[in-house]
Amino acid sequence: MTATTRPVRTTTPAQWLRKNLFRTPLDSVLTLILAPLSLYALYLAARFVFVTGRWEIVEVNLKLLMVGNWPIDHMARISVTLVAFGFLGGIVAGLVHARQVRRGTASVLNMSRRERILDLARRFGLILFTVLLLLALTSTWGPTITAVGVVVAGVAGRVVGGILGRLHLPKPVAIVLVLLMLSTPFLLYFYLVDAVPLARWEGFWFNLSSAAAGIILCFPLGVLIAIGRRSKLPLIRGMSTIYVELVRGVPFFVLLLMAHVALEFFVPASIAPSRPVRAIVVFTIFTAAYLAEIVRGGLQSVPRGQEEAARAVGLSPFSVMSRIVLPQALRNVIPAQIGQFISLFKDTVLAGLAMSIFDMAQVASAITQQSAFRGQGLIVETLTFTAFLFWVGAYTMSRESQRLERKLGVGTR
Amino acid sequence: MTTETVTVRPPLWRDVRVLKWLFQFAVFAVVAAIVLWLYGNYQLNSRRSGVATSFGFLNNPANFTIPENSMAQLAPVRRALVEGFLNTLRVSLVGIALATVLGILVGIGRLSSNWLVRRLSAVYVEGFRNIPLAILLIFVYFGVVLQGMPAIGEAWTPAGLFVFSNRGIGVPWFQGGTGLQLAATVLAAVLAWWLVSRWRKRVFDRTGNPSRAGLYGSIVFLAIVVAGWFALGFSVSLPEVVGRQVRGGIRVDPAYMALLIALVLYTASHIAEITRGSIQAVPRGQEEAATAVALSPFQRLWNVVLPQAMRIAIPPLGNQYLNLIKNSSLGAGISYFELTMVTRIAVANGSPAIPAFTVALGVYLVISLVTSAAVNLANRRFRLVER
Repeated sequence: MTATTRPVRTTTPAQWLRKNLFRTPLDSVLTLILAPLSLYALYLAARFVFVTGRWEIVEVNLKLLMVGNWPIDHMARISVTLVAFGFLGGIVAGLVHARQVRRGTASVLNMSRRERILDLARRFGLILFTVLLLLALTSTWGPTITAVGVVVAGVAGRVVGGILGRLHLPKPVAIVLVLLMLSTPFLLYFYLVDAVPLARWEGFWFNLSSAAAGIILCFPLGVLIAIGRRSKLPLIRGMSTIYVELVRGVPFFVLLLMAHVALEFFVPASIAPSRPVRAIVVFTIFTAAYLAEIVRGGLQSVPRGQEEAARAVGLSPFSVMSRIVLPQALRNVIPAQIGQFISLFKDTVLAGLAMSIFDMAQVASAITQQSAFRGQGLIVETLTFTAFLFWVGAYTMSRESQRLERKLGVGTR
Repeated sequence: MTTETVTVRPPLWRDVRVLKWLFQFAVFAVVAAIVLWLYGNYQLNSRRSGVATSFGFLNNPANFTIPENSMAQLAPVRRALVEGFLNTLRVSLVGIALATVLGILVGIGRLSSNWLVRRLSAVYVEGFRNIPLAILLIFVYFGVVLQGMPAIGEAWTPAGLFVFSNRGIGVPWFQGGTGLQLAATVLAAVLAWWLVSRWRKRVFDRTGNPSRAGLYGSIVFLAIVVAGWFALGFSVSLPEVVGRQVRGGIRVDPAYMALLIALVLYTASHIAEITRGSIQAVPRGQEEAATAVALSPFQRLWNVVLPQAMRIAIPPLGNQYLNLIKNSSLGAGISYFELTMVTRIAVANGSPAIPAFTVALGVYLVISLVTSAAVNLANRRFRLVER
């Protein structure tokens, strides 16, 4: 026997059953009760999805659910936006990979090609399945072309990012590239608003874009407040603490309702904020407070020695924070930040409920009132479909953040 | 020779102490300017559109009624807000109790040795944690309670004890005394249970005889409840369908039912994760030692692992309770008359929006502060005291 052969343990199905389902009398009783119940629930669910569910309401209204009344002529702008974000995402993934390769921490290097494909399938298979399902429900070619475009752009971005990450670019070029990447979301925003005003962004598109806007806008505010709360200056610490405690003590939904009826009282009469703007203002104010608490935790997790060493070599207080402490702090709490962004993504539904914005959930209830579908109780189908899309998004993000947490926890520092 | 220490103070514009305060006042001035600007706009806009900025509206007649409530239509707005607040408490307290029980059970289930229980718990947690609460709530209200329940004409009455219909759910309740009397009876019984079990434990410590605290306690508890029941002349009132209404017993509003179910299912999925994490945080040696002294699996969990896990779980659990209370404001989305809904209706009926919502926000803030103070207290009380 060679040293490398591992003992192969074979488990017969009977052994598996005994070990996992009938280990103790209590386990046996639980299994005997729960097995029929769960099989029946599975049967009901499968029957609903494949037989009794009347999904034609979703099929007919798919465009309304996804983008609301977005004009058909301007659909191409959404496609361009998605493709651009696919490219950006690819570049970031490529840069991260190149950095990991440089540091020798890339886990994929130890995997065979087959394992890498399996890994990708496990991570993004659900998204792929959902996209294919949505494409199967469409009747035009536009969405399919867009999806293919996003994938191609993502792959291209990954390649470009990998190359950029290996090059040693001169500093000015690198800064220009980073600024270009950071400004892309804003450029795309103006490109979109140029055709369709913000007040008419509806459907799942509203949920996605308003969550993204809230995330981007809350970030500077949240980080500033977190630094303020850790400051040694009493006045600044006090103001930051009051902000965080006030906002965290009140319900999000009530803030949205209040913004809906009363935000215009707080700004000059010449500005009449539209409903999505009001929603995004509340998202920003609210998420900034929670983000501040997360970042504060990150700041606390950076060893004091880091700051002391940085000051000892003569860095200014600003440089100590922006170059030494903050990067480490933000990296330490990436999983918690993702968690906060997941909950903002889910909470965008509340904006629809509070402000009568036609977000996906509101569209899902409204379409059951169409003359072809009225009074048939189809809200079960439309809401199930809506919940499924949100679930896929939130579940994939939370899985990715757990993966990141494990990776960060390995301790590469 | 004497050395003289000479303190040379730097000029004011280079003195760190001065600069620090200058910086702080500058930031403060900016923030104050923003706040004052907002407040000035608010005053100006209110005057221009003739909306009151005072809290005088609290004394105006409400001009609306609250379902399941005897409040008169002309009662002042503050009375309506109090009723709304009580409804918030009604759904939050019951929700917290049920979510805790369900969450802990599912959390234990995720670590079960039974594969099926483990899988089902995981499906439950991952399923409910990742969907928006608002969608769950609308689904439960419209899809399950209003559409799924039978119409009142063909209400489902299992064993004649309950009534299930989409106009409300009837549950047996007591009649013949006041709620206060019932509460006092139950409270006295709980107190007696506690005293008896303490006495039994002391007997066990002294003599080593089996304490059987649970058995003795339950007997005393039951005895007091039964005695109080007859002494105060309580009897049971069963719900029944009369015409198109549910009569007798206690009627549970469909909106209340939906809000409660959604809040409990959603929050329990978070509590389950907290429970699982806390149980895993208890050192493995604890369970192994409990196994070594031949405790049964239940005793291991109930007497050794769970008490230690719950100690770890108190702070995040408190956070979830706070979330549940704040999320109960979603009741306004399905017309359950809790604080937010009452505020919304009051504003629609002519109360000024900003003062009215400020009152609601203030109440939520106080609830949050009180809850987190209670959680901190509990945390300090149960924290592990190390050497």
